[in-house]
Amino acid sequence: MSASFTPAELLAVMGARQLPDDATVFAGVGVPLVACALAQQLQAPRLTMIIEGGIIGPQIKPGFLPISTNEMRTAYRATMLPGITDAFLFAQRGFIDYGFMGGAQIDQYGNINTTVIGDYARPKVRLPGTGGANDIASLCRELIILTVHEKRRFLPRVDFVTSPGWLDGDGGRQRAGLHFGGVSRVITTLGIFGFDPVTRRMRVEALHPGVTLDQVRENTPFEIGTVDRIATTAPPTAEELEIARSLDPDRRYLA
Amino acid sequence: MNPAEYDFIAARRRLEAKPKSASEKLTSLEDAGSRVRDGDIVAVGGILFSRTPWALVREILRSRRTGLTLVRNLMCYEGELMMVAGAVNRVMTAWMGIGLPWGVSKIMREYVESGKVAYEEWSHLALGLRFRAAAMGLPFLPTLTMAGSDLARVNAMKTVDDPYTGQRLGAVPALYPDVAILHVHRADRFGNCQIDGYPHMDADIARAAATVLVTTEELISDDDVRRHPDRTVIPGFVVDAVALQPFGSFPHECYGLYEADVEHFDEYVAGITARGGAAVAEYLERYMYAPASYADYLDLFGGERLARQQRRARELVG
Repeated sequence: MSASFTPAELLAVMGARQLPDDATVFAGVGVPLVACALAQQLQAPRLTMIIEGGIIGPQIKPGFLPISTNEMRTAYRATMLPGITDAFLFAQRGFIDYGFMGGAQIDQYGNINTTVIGDYARPKVRLPGTGGANDIASLCRELIILTVHEKRRFLPRVDFVTSPGWLDGDGGRQRAGLHFGGVSRVITTLGIFGFDPVTRRMRVEALHPGVTLDQVRENTPFEIGTVDRIATTAPPTAEELEIARSLDPDRRYLA
Repeated sequence: MNPAEYDFIAARRRLEAKPKSASEKLTSLEDAGSRVRDGDIVAVGGILFSRTPWALVREILRSRRTGLTLVRNLMCYEGELMMVAGAVNRVMTAWMGIGLPWGVSKIMREYVESGKVAYEEWSHLALGLRFRAAAMGLPFLPTLTMAGSDLARVNAMKTVDDPYTGQRLGAVPALYPDVAILHVHRADRFGNCQIDGYPHMDADIARAAATVLVTTEELISDDDVRRHPDRTVIPGFVVDAVALQPFGSFPHECYGLYEADVEHFDEYVAGITARGGAAVAEYLERYMYAPASYADYLDLFGGERLARQQRRARELVG
């Protein structure tokens, strides 16, 4: 028997499970932050969050989820407020294991666009911009992306590479001067995706219960490979959902 | 990108020509605001809706400046007001909007997509390093961020080969703004500034800019500063003008003192949803142009609302 849940709750739970204890994670606000706080209450009590507003070690106050990366709520019970530039420099130095964030448009190499649809100088649609996403994708040891799986969000090639995944494939990051990091996983509402170690193209690793490979292919407008044995994720447990909901009782992000 | 932005020699000469006086910097808000010139590159302290120097933003709007470049890593609706007022023709930022609940900025889209305002996008850290390179008096800083992305391409960001290891690195150019506008928790009349909570990028921005204008929640004595010199993040010789302005960030937050009035953001965005840019023009008239003083501006919110936001802040840091 499985409980019912929203797509955002599914993402928060599946995201939380990716985070081991005794690690550091650079978290975006919204569902990624809820996922990190959830992980802290389950398997990862010693997970340290870093938030781009310049915050280390905050403890999110249930019901007081922040809207932005830099307001008082985001810094609740933090251990340090080093400033924005220095928060990112901890990542540049190599202290941050995971980057954890959402994405507007993503391509088969895990590159993300949050800048423009169309031409940069005269865009068809001007999106808000990178914020810290480019830096999180450039500097963390490993990037994990959380996103709703919609056909319009997945592209063979994004219009604009705001945040680098594997760029144009294996070795692309190194050639560009990105000596570290890379996207390891994309968690979507359909499943968990990784990247082929040789081609660096996205591939299916696991599907959520009840999701078929055909469904993924219908919603992914590029050729997508698979690992040899596709796993099935365990559905969100009552405990996971209860904790997630207690963090966001107003259903600001989990609705 | 204009080469003058990272000309470290010209920026240093400009600073050397200025008196680095430890004398009185205390002045009126109006006088501080009048030191911004048409065409200036103006760096705005705080970030998004935290410690925004609203009193100085309001003065810039009231003095009807034009041709400004507004620089702020996360730009909130002060950028929208500047666009609709015709004050800016370029914004330099990593992100512009208010926050997730309010969606993509319709005003930003209208002005940028039509080409009326250029949106120059840098990554959050890259823009932070542009300020830091300038704060250090250098022309650039090597970095591991932003390389390989289209952000690097459209900004023509160069790379540099490390003379020691031979490795290739991104090279972020310095940014020396003409003016920095900042709001701080405490300052003395000589311009020594203290900030609580989030430092944001204010200390780097202040060192990077040619002229530094500050408003402060509280004016403290020289002795108070000397009792807690570890709290001082901007020394007096960096600062050109200080004006006392309690609630100088309102309706944005000032850490520990008052929380952001998000209901006000709701009203502002609801106006735009209903009436587009006309709602921003009305907002400019009602909040920026009509109230003769900042006290009159605060009266539009009312003491009750200010007190409520103070209580909310205490709840979070108490």
